Amino acid sequence: MMSSLNWYKYSSPATFYGLAGKAIPWFYGAAALFCVAGLYIGFFLAPTDFQQSEAYRIIFIHVPAAWMSMFIYIVMAFWAALGLAFNTRLSFMMASALAPTGAMLTFVALWTGALWGKPTWGTWWVWDARLTSELILFFLYLGFMALQAAIDDPRRADRAGALIALVGVVNVPIIYFSVRWWNTLHQGASVSFSKAPSMATIMLVGMLVMALAAWMYAIAAALSRVRSIILERERNSQWVAQMVEAEA
Amino acid sequence: MNWNGWSEFFHMGGYAFYVWGSYAVTAALIVGEILLLRSHRQKALTLAKRTVKYGRVEKDESNDEIAA
Repeated sequence: MMSSLNWYKYSSPATFYGLAGKAIPWFYGAAALFCVAGLYIGFFLAPTDFQQSEAYRIIFIHVPAAWMSMFIYIVMAFWAALGLAFNTRLSFMMASALAPTGAMLTFVALWTGALWGKPTWGTWWVWDARLTSELILFFLYLGFMALQAAIDDPRRADRAGALIALVGVVNVPIIYFSVRWWNTLHQGASVSFSKAPSMATIMLVGMLVMALAAWMYAIAAALSRVRSIILERERNSQWVAQMVEAEA
Repeated sequence: MNWNGWSEFFHMGGYAFYVWGSYAVTAALIVGEILLLRSHRQKALTLAKRTVKYGRVEKDESNDEIAA
């Protein structure tokens, strides 16, 4: 079949390395454009909130970062599962490449949450379900990276990391539904599939544009990192030798 | 337009510390990650070049020289 042949072609690290290299500038460019547009909407078009005044403007990073922190973990677990199932090198490398960016965005969600919580709730932090499960997500990312760094044999490191990624994925629905399942200080979802958004349209648009910016940035960063990982791991292969000699 | 001049914009209705504290730390982390990605790439390229030149190079052995 044609389609399955193409998949095999693109799952080869050598092909993917070149492809990713071409794609990265476009994703960085899209991230920058969405970021400028989102900040313009967020600071100049979206009005002052009648309850929270200007403090609510933290939402334009807080929510996109929180969404991406969960989404990246799911994608990471997906690649880990694919790697375990089909033993594809590139899948494991993708999982490893996503973790640092996911951890960074999880930290951003926690940090901006604390800075938003202080003026609106009167506290930087509470040990409620939403905040605690997001903190656990942060530790899952760090645990994944620490475990992979601690194991010398890349094959074993891949498998051990994949196990953490897969076990930890149960935490993601817990984060997402925590505001519904438990009584928490954190407000419910501003945007959901079942009801109309509980915020002004222009605020919502700003938030969605910033979410796109975060998404494009995360893709660019992960692709950039996976290229370095491919180079490190494939440095003894023929294609790396040819590439390096062609550049020299 | 929400703001009558830049000072009002920077003041953020009295929430400047919280709003700008959020944006500044996020921006710093993104810039930091991009710098780390760049240095990762340089190290990986150097490692690949050394491997091609000298044959198999273990990652840990070569790290010191690459860092230098």
